[in-house]
Amino acid sequence: MREIIWLVPLIPLLSSLALMLGSASFSRWIIGGLGAGSVGLAALLTLLSGIDFLAQPQPYQTTLWTWMQVANFSASISFYFDGLTLVMMSVITGVGFLIHLFSTEFMQEDASYARYFAYLNMFVAAMLILVMADNLLLLYLGWEGVGVCSYLLVGFWYQNSANGQAARKAFVVTRIGDTAMALGLFLLFTSLGTLDIQQMVVEANNLWLVGDMLPVVACLLLLGGAVGKSAQLPLHTWLPDAMAGPTPVSALIHAATMVTAGVYLIARTHGLFLLAPSAMMVVAVLGIATSLMAAFTALMQSDIKRILAYSTISQIGYMFLALGVGAWTAGIFHLMTHAFFKALLFLGSGAIIHCLHHEHNIFKMGGLRSKMPVTFWSFMIGSAALAALPFTAGFFSKDQILLQAYQLPEYGIWLWLAGLLGALLTAIYSFRLVFVVFYGKANTQPDKEVGWRMAMPLSALCLLSLIGGYFIIPVQDVFPEALHGHPAHWVEYISISVPLIGVAVAYLLFYSKRLNINPLVQSAVGSKLGEFWRIGWAVDRLYDGLFVRPYYAVSALLKSESVDGFYALVVSVNQCVNRWLSQSQNGQMRWYLVSMVAGLILLLTLALQISPEAS
Amino acid sequence: MVMLNLILILLVGGLVAALSERFGEKVPRQVALVVILIDLLYLLTHLWGMDGLSQLQAPVVNDPATWLMHFKTPWIPAFGISIELALDGISLLMLILTLVLGMVAVSSSWTDINHRQGFFEANLLWTLAGVLGGFMALDLLLFFLFWEVMLIPMYLMIAIWGHENRAYASMKFFIFTQVSGLLLLVSILALAGINHSASGVWSFSYFDLLNTHMTAGAAHWLMLGFFIAFVVKLPGFPFHTWLPDAHTQAPTAGSVILAGILLKTGAYGLIRFAVPLFPEAAINFSGIAIALGVVGIIYGAVLAFAQTDFKRLVAYSSVSHMGFVLLGVYAWNELALQGAVMQMVAHGFSTAALFMIAGSLQERLHTRDMREMGGLWQQMPRMGAVTMFFIVASLGLPGLGNFVAEFLVLLGLFQVDPWITAIAALGLITGAIYSLILMQRSFQGQPKDKWVDLGTADFAGREMLTMAVMMLALIALGIYPQPVLDTAQPVLQSLIEMVAVEIAP
Amino acid sequence: MDGLNIPLNHILLLSSLLFCIGMLGLMIRRNIIFILMSLEVMLNAAALAFVAAGAYWGQPDGQVVFLLILSVAAAEVAVGLGLVLQVQRRFKSLDMDSANRMRG
Repeated sequence: MREIIWLVPLIPLLSSLALMLGSASFSRWIIGGLGAGSVGLAALLTLLSGIDFLAQPQPYQTTLWTWMQVANFSASISFYFDGLTLVMMSVITGVGFLIHLFSTEFMQEDASYARYFAYLNMFVAAMLILVMADNLLLLYLGWEGVGVCSYLLVGFWYQNSANGQAARKAFVVTRIGDTAMALGLFLLFTSLGTLDIQQMVVEANNLWLVGDMLPVVACLLLLGGAVGKSAQLPLHTWLPDAMAGPTPVSALIHAATMVTAGVYLIARTHGLFLLAPSAMMVVAVLGIATSLMAAFTALMQSDIKRILAYSTISQIGYMFLALGVGAWTAGIFHLMTHAFFKALLFLGSGAIIHCLHHEHNIFKMGGLRSKMPVTFWSFMIGSAALAALPFTAGFFSKDQILLQAYQLPEYGIWLWLAGLLGALLTAIYSFRLVFVVFYGKANTQPDKEVGWRMAMPLSALCLLSLIGGYFIIPVQDVFPEALHGHPAHWVEYISISVPLIGVAVAYLLFYSKRLNINPLVQSAVGSKLGEFWRIGWAVDRLYDGLFVRPYYAVSALLKSESVDGFYALVVSVNQCVNRWLSQSQNGQMRWYLVSMVAGLILLLTLALQISPEAS
Repeated sequence: MVMLNLILILLVGGLVAALSERFGEKVPRQVALVVILIDLLYLLTHLWGMDGLSQLQAPVVNDPATWLMHFKTPWIPAFGISIELALDGISLLMLILTLVLGMVAVSSSWTDINHRQGFFEANLLWTLAGVLGGFMALDLLLFFLFWEVMLIPMYLMIAIWGHENRAYASMKFFIFTQVSGLLLLVSILALAGINHSASGVWSFSYFDLLNTHMTAGAAHWLMLGFFIAFVVKLPGFPFHTWLPDAHTQAPTAGSVILAGILLKTGAYGLIRFAVPLFPEAAINFSGIAIALGVVGIIYGAVLAFAQTDFKRLVAYSSVSHMGFVLLGVYAWNELALQGAVMQMVAHGFSTAALFMIAGSLQERLHTRDMREMGGLWQQMPRMGAVTMFFIVASLGLPGLGNFVAEFLVLLGLFQVDPWITAIAALGLITGAIYSLILMQRSFQGQPKDKWVDLGTADFAGREMLTMAVMMLALIALGIYPQPVLDTAQPVLQSLIEMVAVEIAP
Repeated sequence: MDGLNIPLNHILLLSSLLFCIGMLGLMIRRNIIFILMSLEVMLNAAALAFVAAGAYWGQPDGQVVFLLILSVAAAEVAVGLGLVLQVQRRFKSLDMDSANRMRG
């Protein structure tokens, strides 16, 4: 069955084209059916080829056609299918299908129903190409493709210019990373002579030694792309704003799939990163720093989607930490479980927003537990998994990451401690969300409960968030053996208990209100610090002053086109001379005659002066 | 003869179009469309039967017999001037691009020309004739002749059918190109003179002048003459200032031809003449040329961002895009040159389409000012979607032609100078900034009340068909560029080899 | 022939004097009638030079050219007087400077 994997991205792509071209003549049922059905079909094909693969776990490579071949450069449209690809494809098509199904109800009343599904299908196609690509150039195609789809979907409600602003920000900021990645591609091709991922790793191992300069530079450039797409420091600022898009979009693109592309990229090119330990160190440090920063910010948000956005940034930080310490499998595992529970949380918040007249502020919600039971349980399970409470999906993956980070010699313990702090904060902010939204007094009444097309994906994702931790992902042939020694038991106990402490703190703070930290929050330092965290550590302001404003200023300065000034000068000099000379053209015959005679006399005199010498 | 006929068909067709106005004001445009179509079919039918095409051999640059086609007949024998036309892969690509975009241009001005239609279409066809001649002429004086032939009808198109500030813009265009043409003429004459004093024979033939021996100083100055002439046309920084004015004021068809085809003659001239005629001088000069290219990319992009006029923004984006061509030519390796050729083709389509959209907007809204627009997607979803397509094409989305071009140029340049490449790659970011702001200001945002009752303003059949042609072309170039690359490859390879041989000793 | 043996130089001197007088008149006078008269003087100065030169070399060409000049002068006067009438009618004046419309 694996021979047909090229159909997997093709089906959503064709569906997307059909929706774009024929949207006017389709009824809503056909549009929804095409949109969700195509992804469902892709999921089915993925499942079939996955079963085939598990029976016979050999990587499979297929080339459709040569994309371009110039001099010694060659890239083809070809797919590579192994355990890692399978995991990614399953997440994309599986979670993608659930989100599409959810969308058919969520977007039901939207005028641009077809446009929405066209974009969303195209996104799925591009994302599939990204993870299935055999070479970095095709991967780059998918990479940019998902970027454009993200841009289109964030700015989906184009009438509001704030959405357009957010969409542009998302695209441009990730483009900065993409440009770094493109440079990485140039460097890799120039030094290795190929962009084919498998071959490249082989070449790199032949040419480079661990610790060489070139692999470090190349990996850092690739990392540039990864931090852009995965919203890590210092290019994370676009993700919270990207929440302007429809909520299912946030679930699919900005939580489950696209933002984890950076993690996938690093995992896919881990053969290169192993040659550059210092680059891996950077990955780990960036990851944990982002994770902590975003967790603090999430604590202070009041917009339900922004909390989840910062939480996503924070969780991807964990994945980066995993990659940085060489826990490849754990990183990808967390990617998968995160896709389950974060999609669940986003869809849950989508359900709330849908039923609560587009209310985003959590303090205007409250008491929704009894009125929206499906949503409540979704949130409960999702938050438990996010906080890594024992036996949920998030627990297994995050635990692995922390334990493997701990085992890293030298810095390991510090990374572990920072990771624990992050886990504590995660538990606090996720249960703050649960307690504020679902308990306490009701501030807004929902006007409906979710229908089956929303409830079904929620339940499915609940199930996955609960049992996802027991999945075994087939990547043992892809990645080198992880560190195996087992740390002392107390390390494990601490790792398990920290999230529980976090939940307890959240309970005391936001449910029973026994713990009163108001004096602390309202103190001079406390309120300043809170505000600082709330605005995301003022990174946006910093970039605004450092890049955005200067760019506007420079462009406004150059707008007058000073280069043209030179040509304008030539023109005005000519005009000046012209004015001066045209004085002589005064229309008076006698004046002309006098000048003629004077000229004649001058010429005669000159001739007389010269002729004696000539003769 | 085929090549001569290609030009003659357009010249005579122009005359017919001009005269056909007496049969009705709608006749000239139909005539023009048919004439270009006949020309294209004529070219294609002749290519069909050629065995050279299936296995495009590498033409030995200075042996005309190895080219796809070659035609030579004396014109002014006393000075060794002849009518010499030849065709190789690059010329062929440019020919096809010219004719296809010629039809696009006719279609784009289908309804917005409301006086002297016959003369308008005639000028359009004559410009095309000049461009075709320029792409085929291999006698330098003949090339110069065609260089001028394409300018004057273009000047008339801007001056007669242009917008509010047409007199200034057309005059600026004319003076810039004329001065650069003068430089070109002087350089050609000087080159022929040097060749004459060395060999004792007058000749303006490309094949004779290729191996002219001259002092390094002379070569440098002559190369500079050619370089400036072509870079003004390209246009490269700092000779680009005529372009925004000319584009903004030109009628839609004029903009389409100007951006889609005329700019490419500059790029073509660089590849065909400026470097091969003076290999050593050109390679020594490449540092400055590349620097100009990089400055052009960034400068054009930053200025594009600052514009409020739709057409002016697109015009500056051309400056930015053509910077990549300059980089590609002067990086002078196969990757970069292929990228430059690809950029010539892809930019031809993407920018022509954007100008056509600008023209359609102006026809409907009677303004090009983006501050007056906003939210137009609501009234014109089809036009919005099409614009979005060409916007992402122009910002270099992989899978569309422009990406292949930019990628190859930068990849080639990286092998020459990684640091410059890093700066040039900033163009990818700045390109995204101005492209998206264009979309935002025109089609997205709060719909303006005054456009609510615009009625059925969306793209209709003719426009959608034209756009579809260009979209398909860009997609094809983006996912299967190999035919274009293969067509250009033998030529580029032999050019590179020739230059390498010249430099080696 | 003997009695009239005037040296050529004298006649040429006279001719150039006449020419200069005519030219000075042309430069100084504004009245269009006087300008025409000055032109006549200049023409005649040239004609005189031709006749004198013809006589000097004993060739008939000088007198032929004299006749030509005579006819040119007649034609010129005809055209000139026509212009004078037009100028008078248009500008109500015979002052040349009032007709200086062709200035830069």
